[in-house]
Amino acid sequence: MKRLLSRKYWEDKDVEVLLGTLLRYGVILSSIVVFAGGIIYIIRHGHEMPEYRDFAGPNNRWDNLPAIMRGVFLGHGREIIQLGVVLLIATPIARILFSVFAFTVEKDYLYIVITLIVLGVILFSMLGGLGG
Amino acid sequence: MTILTFTLILLGGAFLAGLLGSLTGLGGGVVIIPLLTLVFHTDIRYAIGTALIAAIATSSGSASAYVKEGITNIRLGMFLEIATTTGAVAGALLAVYMPTSVVAVIFGLVLIVSAVLSFWPKGNHLETTDKSQLAQQLRLNGQYPTPEGMVNYKVRHVPGGYLMMTLAGVLSGLLGIGSGALKVLAMDNMMKVPFKVSTTTSNFMIGVTAAASAVVYLQRGYIDPGLCLPVVLGVLAGALGGTKILAKANTRMLRVVFGVVITLLALQMIYNGVTGKL
Repeated sequence: MKRLLSRKYWEDKDVEVLLGTLLRYGVILSSIVVFAGGIIYIIRHGHEMPEYRDFAGPNNRWDNLPAIMRGVFLGHGREIIQLGVVLLIATPIARILFSVFAFTVEKDYLYIVITLIVLGVILFSMLGGLGG
Repeated sequence: MTILTFTLILLGGAFLAGLLGSLTGLGGGVVIIPLLTLVFHTDIRYAIGTALIAAIATSSGSASAYVKEGITNIRLGMFLEIATTTGAVAGALLAVYMPTSVVAVIFGLVLIVSAVLSFWPKGNHLETTDKSQLAQQLRLNGQYPTPEGMVNYKVRHVPGGYLMMTLAGVLSGLLGIGSGALKVLAMDNMMKVPFKVSTTTSNFMIGVTAAASAVVYLQRGYIDPGLCLPVVLGVLAGALGGTKILAKANTRMLRVVFGVVITLLALQMIYNGVTGKL
């Protein structure tokens, strides 16, 4: 723990390797979730016909996190796949959060601000009602 | 065609897209959109949403390998992400108001430009004189390992590079692609960042840029789980295979073939857009 809080540790290349590892685990985890949901989806709906020729607009079963989670707890395949997709989207965002922490330990104030701006833009697109 | 057959065929297509995308450096997403729209007659909005998720998957999946080499310029990437994310949000908003036929034409044009850029001879710049005060103030200059030891490089034309990155972000949000070619162009040709550094830093930025517009797409219903299932798994497996082959094979011939295929697909997209079929 003491090593984790020392400035030297974070200045090392270790931080970058840790970031890379974070991204890789994010991808592995989300693929597993997508695959699991996919099995359920194919077993239940595999014999039906795909309908993608016309755009149907937002589907309230998987266009927001609370709805996705409800479906996941009911064991619905497509909501589980979508949870995997959300995890995939969350991976680079987690990397940004992690960078704020790393720059804080380095006392690099300029880059704390720059990283927070990037985070702010993403939060705005998430919560700013841009879904239309 | 049932969902089972559709998923399996698409899984194979996405695998090839990921494989070729990583071998040529164009990314898996660019092939996904023509594959879905031209071959499977999917609405282009579903195709864009799915391709964007594929771009995040390949970016994050290959980042771990790049980051270990220690050539990614994290500060440069983070600073330019302000430009790409604001651009991406603007692009995702623009996508609502733009007719899908116009989106198809723009996609075709960008695809042709990216294909041409991937064949452009890459000069390996090494700028060692401090010409940009802004780069110094923002601490964008860095160093990277070469066979002759660590080399220091300086970054130039920061405002120009920033503007170019904003454009790359807009295109990423509008078309659902990583715009890796444009990002490399901005860093390589404008900011004079050494090629190895610009390629890996661009890859590092793609995931964050795509995430900014993906959250908008998700709320709009562009991201459909039934399509993401085969595409995410296929592209990831393909990209993984691609990096394995890349270490061994001579990819020159493959790149030429892929460039021709991409150009033909792009022309088809433009034709379908102009005639209002997409």
